[in-house]
Amino acid sequence: MSAPILEVSDLTTHFFTRAGVVKAVDGVSFSVGAGEIVGLVGESGSGKSVTGFSLMGLVDPPGRIVSGSVKLDGEELVGLSWDQLRALRGSHIAMVFQDPMATLNPVLTIGTQMRLAISAHDKTSRRAADARAADVLTRVGIPEARSRLGAYPHEFSGGMRQRVAIAIALLHGSQVLVADEPTTALDVSIQAQILTEMRDLAAETGTALVWISHDLATVSTLADRLLVMYAGRIVEQGPVASVLRDPHHPYTAGLLRSLPATAKPGEDLFQIPGTTPSLLDPPPGCPFRPRCEHASELCTADPPLEMSRDRGVRCFHPLREMVSV
Amino acid sequence: MSLPAKSGDASQSPHGFVHVRNVHKHFGPKLTLGDRIAATLGARVETRSVRAVDGVSLDIVRGETLGLVGESGCGKSTLGRMVAGILTPSSGDVAVDGAPVMADGRKIDTRVQMIFQDPFASLDPRMRVGDIIAEGPLAHGLTSKSEQAGYVAGYLERAGLDASLVRRFPHQFSGGQRQRIAIARALAMQPEVLVCDEPVASLDVSIQAQIINLFLALQRDLGLTLIFISHDLSVVRHLSDRVAVMYLGRIVEEGPAEQVYATPAHPYTKGLLASVPRLVLDEADLVTLDAIEGEIPSPLSPPAGCNFNPRCPLAQERCVRDDPELRQVRSGHLAACHFAE
Ligand SMILES: Nc1ncnc2c1ncn2[C@@H]1O[C@H](COP(=O)(O)OP(=O)(O)OP(=O)(O)O)[C@@H](O)[C@H]1O
Ligand SMILES: Nc1ncnc2c1ncn2[C@@H]1O[C@H](COP(=O)(O)OP(=O)(O)OP(=O)(O)O)[C@@H](O)[C@H]1O
Ligand code: SF4
Ligand code: SF4
Ligand SMILES: [Mg+2]
Ligand SMILES: [Mg+2]
Repeated sequence: MSAPILEVSDLTTHFFTRAGVVKAVDGVSFSVGAGEIVGLVGESGSGKSVTGFSLMGLVDPPGRIVSGSVKLDGEELVGLSWDQLRALRGSHIAMVFQDPMATLNPVLTIGTQMRLAISAHDKTSRRAADARAADVLTRVGIPEARSRLGAYPHEFSGGMRQRVAIAIALLHGSQVLVADEPTTALDVSIQAQILTEMRDLAAETGTALVWISHDLATVSTLADRLLVMYAGRIVEQGPVASVLRDPHHPYTAGLLRSLPATAKPGEDLFQIPGTTPSLLDPPPGCPFRPRCEHASELCTADPPLEMSRDRGVRCFHPLREMVSV
Repeated sequence: MSLPAKSGDASQSPHGFVHVRNVHKHFGPKLTLGDRIAATLGARVETRSVRAVDGVSLDIVRGETLGLVGESGCGKSTLGRMVAGILTPSSGDVAVDGAPVMADGRKIDTRVQMIFQDPFASLDPRMRVGDIIAEGPLAHGLTSKSEQAGYVAGYLERAGLDASLVRRFPHQFSGGQRQRIAIARALAMQPEVLVCDEPVASLDVSIQAQIINLFLALQRDLGLTLIFISHDLSVVRHLSDRVAVMYLGRIVEEGPAEQVYATPAHPYTKGLLASVPRLVLDEADLVTLDAIEGEIPSPLSPPAGCNFNPRCPLAQERCVRDDPELRQVRSGHLAACHFAE
């Protein structure tokens, strides 16, 4: 693989609330190459969105990046001023949210919003801007894009709005696109269209994609590599098919076994006991310990990230029935 | 219509235990006086109505689970609410065991209960869990004040909750626990039919598995008849004996779950199944999602002929003209497509 375009190491983002410290992102490391699609999966509250916001430098008080590094094409982002970050945001690294209306302004036409987004980083004529906008809209599957620049967001369906939000994120040919559950609220038929378009796009333009989702199957059809997040940490990572076929972390294995898709109809599903932990002042040691059937005394300490070849796992007793190929 | 005498044995009845006959639900536009005046003055005011459910018939055998699937807005919840007797059909009938579930716009049959997607919105935040569960049974004489405690404890345990939690309030529970409370509340009414509207949709995967197992146990131990609404096709497959697929207010396919999933007869069902991402376990798998083209048309102006024709890869001239009937294509397997076989 070529040098990574995005390199995250030991990223730690905490929220300092009145009730205590919420360790939303707790030592996260991964990297993404150009044109690569990395899927970040985890259950609700595991820290996926806060990871995404941290990459963008968009963490609001009482939260802040406590330590760690985010390098975009070699340049350190952590510690940059708001203005320095704004110059990069939208042009070099961009984000798409689950709700497209977080990006779109309901009172402006699509065309106006796209022209504004273009002029934020480039000086062009209106005609050139319109042409560029229409071109990007076409690429994300909006038919007759040129004639729809005059439309308002409410004149579009939910799926079309999400496409517009993605198009805006792509306007400046960002090197990295962080997508936070952009298809979760959409119907499966529309989701399938968008997933297919995104995959083609990453291949054609070399944009690196960080795709956040709680759905393993969605990520497995889209991504090259998988990051499994639990309680603010990436507990397992590796090539998608390899991780899903041969999970090393007990949490990944449990998650897979609990899916109806991996069981025979009508059979009881595997249950991970207990519930997802609170990230407020978590106890030391492995956060999965109270739910883990493999836990030992060792696990009261913090398991380090062990990398071997293209796989990584944070566990003292990884499952390795199969010899990695 | 003359109804058969109420009988405990569904096999005596000419219809299913749950019998839905040609129900429609049309929602008219909510016009204000201003809108009406504007409309008469020639302004563009929406006056068309939504055919949320447009002629659905179903028969469900006692003890069977029917899965109801389809994309957002196709009418699943509206149909479910009519079956549960909490929404009056514009026309058509719903009967359980030969007796209508509603009369004069009121629910009269407590043997049908409903569970909703959002376990928080459906629980009164000011009431203690014990009272939430006892309220219905007390009102209907299924238990008494003196027996309430034991009665509630029994159903809490049935739903997998510790009976010592009766004095807590809903906000003190996690999402999965709240869904268990909603299930306990429904079970405490001693229903024979349970309409479940997306009961696991808002839950995390690991919690979802726990609730799915609870439904499996209810099927096995109580022999409940379930209508299980979900847009998640793998959850429905796991729990259902039969599956009905809805599109724009109608059932376009219905049949034994295994058959519908293995050999779907309707082009929409085929497209829907092909759109669902699968777990990829092999690098060599070139994953393609055969997305259905286009989007669901506005329910205000459904297409002429077959509803699905603007998106259908198999559409012929005839499909723009003639509306296909829901007809039997295999034994017990129905599809509404001119060319299904
Ligand atoms: N502004 C905030 N103040 C305090 N805690 C916060 C704040 N924002 C997020 N958190 C906490 O950080 C943790 C991670 O949240 P995050 O939104 O990243 O989860 P997520 O994985 O995206 O979940 P979901 O799947 O529900 O979107 C949670 O425990 C959340 O409560
Ligand atoms: N009270 C109402 N007034 C007007 N229109 C309604 C009402 N309830 C539902 N509808 C419309 O009826 C149609 C069917 O809605 P319904 O909620 O039954 O769909 P659904 O299949 O349950 O969708 P979802 O998967 O999003 O829950 C939709 O077009 C909806 O907008
Ligand atoms: S470190 Fe220990 S508790 Fe944590 S997942 Fe591994 S075996 Fe389980
Ligand atoms: S009737 Fe025609 S348009 Fe409708 S599903 Fe069948 S082939 Fe397609
Ligand atoms: Mg999130
Ligand atoms: Mg619904």
